[in-house]
Amino acid sequence: MIGFLQVIGRTVIQFLTAIGAAALFTLQSIRYLLTPPFYMRALLRQLMEIGYFSLPVVGLTALFTGAVLALQIHVGGARFNAESTVPTIVVIAITRELGPVLAGLMVAGRVGAAMAAEIGTMRVTEQIDALSTLSTNPYRYLVAPRLLAGTLMLPCLVFVGDIIGVLGGFMIGTQKLDFNPGTYIYNTAQYLEAVDVISGLVKAAVFGFVIALMGCYYGYNSKGGAQGVGAATTNAVVSAFVLILITNYFITEIFFAS
Amino acid sequence: MTPPDTSTTAAAEPKIEIRGLRKAFGTNVVLNDLTLSVGHRESLVIIGGSGTGKSVLLKCILGLLRPDAGSIKVDGQEAIGLNAEEQEELAGKFGMLFQGAALFDSLPIWENVTFGLLAKKEISRKEARDVAIRNLAKVGLRDEVANQYPAELSGGMKKRVGLARAIATRPEILFFDEPTTGLDPIMSGVINDLIVEQVYDLGATAVTITHDMASARTIADRVAMLYNGNIIWMGSVDEIDTSGNPYVEQFIHGRAEGPIGTEVAR
Repeated sequence: MIGFLQVIGRTVIQFLTAIGAAALFTLQSIRYLLTPPFYMRALLRQLMEIGYFSLPVVGLTALFTGAVLALQIHVGGARFNAESTVPTIVVIAITRELGPVLAGLMVAGRVGAAMAAEIGTMRVTEQIDALSTLSTNPYRYLVAPRLLAGTLMLPCLVFVGDIIGVLGGFMIGTQKLDFNPGTYIYNTAQYLEAVDVISGLVKAAVFGFVIALMGCYYGYNSKGGAQGVGAATTNAVVSAFVLILITNYFITEIFFAS
Repeated sequence: MTPPDTSTTAAAEPKIEIRGLRKAFGTNVVLNDLTLSVGHRESLVIIGGSGTGKSVLLKCILGLLRPDAGSIKVDGQEAIGLNAEEQEELAGKFGMLFQGAALFDSLPIWENVTFGLLAKKEISRKEARDVAIRNLAKVGLRDEVANQYPAELSGGMKKRVGLARAIATRPEILFFDEPTTGLDPIMSGVINDLIVEQVYDLGATAVTITHDMASARTIADRVAMLYNGNIIWMGSVDEIDTSGNPYVEQFIHGRAEGPIGTEVAR
């Protein structure tokens, strides 16, 4: 009985310690994010890495998601003669949910993993210690630019992804489902509200922050050699996935539940 | 190669003074009430087996690890418990050659060498390449190396670049973490000579940790032996062969039998 309670106690304490450490890491990073000196070159590199180089992956995901949505909604809508709702539902589904969430998951897999691996390797090869001895704060140089770039670039990616997703629906709608192109575009724009797009972009910014934070946090605290870096990469991606899905629910509730 | 005034200034005020330093990881006590002082422009070599806490000691002095108790004074100023800004300022006094060189592999060699100077904005990026080439020349590397990346260099060249990076900021104190580990004997000799030469040129205080006795004999003015979290012997480099200390005797002759070996075997 005592042994069982010990296990529960230990697990709870470990869990709380981990949350506390992550929270301190976050606060520390935000503090350095907001105060000079800033490392513009490091920021530019991350903007390219997270934004520009993720475009193909996000674009492709959005294109096929838009296309498959059009097909499915057409089939589902046909059951109660509502085929004409395809453009409207495609654009709402993409801008509110699928655009930000799928882009977030793709970028977490691509960029979050790379961040954890790069920073983790720097940790185990003492490069992070070397930064400190060269009068450079590792939070400022490594973490702050990644957090800022993630928060800024994800909304841009999602905005482009939204357009490509709608285009995917448009292609299937006009080529396969016999929609008139003009009607399709008209219906897409007709019922779309600003909040649909804005809520998606806000989500994207939060997801970008979360992805970069998890990549940096696990990389920064990785221990041991190759195995430690591997574990850091896995943890960064898995926790980013989970946090994206959880925060997605709460942001949706803040925007739309009333 | 040692400047003649070493002994007198060392007696006046130590450059680094450590008292009662204690550091434990969980239940594993690595440094236990350690006391040590290093004089101005002195070259101290700390010897000791693997896992005796040599690296932990250096990291405590550099502020990379926070000790559990004790005091570390650098130029009379307490180095423990500083805030981030004070820590950054203090870090400017130090230069360190890491065991694996720890070069930044995303940056070309010239940017690695001048990283500290660029961080402090002491030079512009335009000047940086020339400054890097001058520092690379000091460690016997040619201009072409400046544009290469760390992954393209051999182990010995990486160590030399690491040394060039450590001396580029002209620090008052230089730390060398196992400078010859993993190098062939000839390259070890080259690195040892470079260390002696550069420390002398800078007039710096040097602390080296190593288990390579040839290296210790070349670099050291004084040698300290770390065992079980404490300094168990300290003396000038000439005294090391006649120390009369069984731990030191066993270590410098690399004998399997002795006080250290028996404790490991038990």
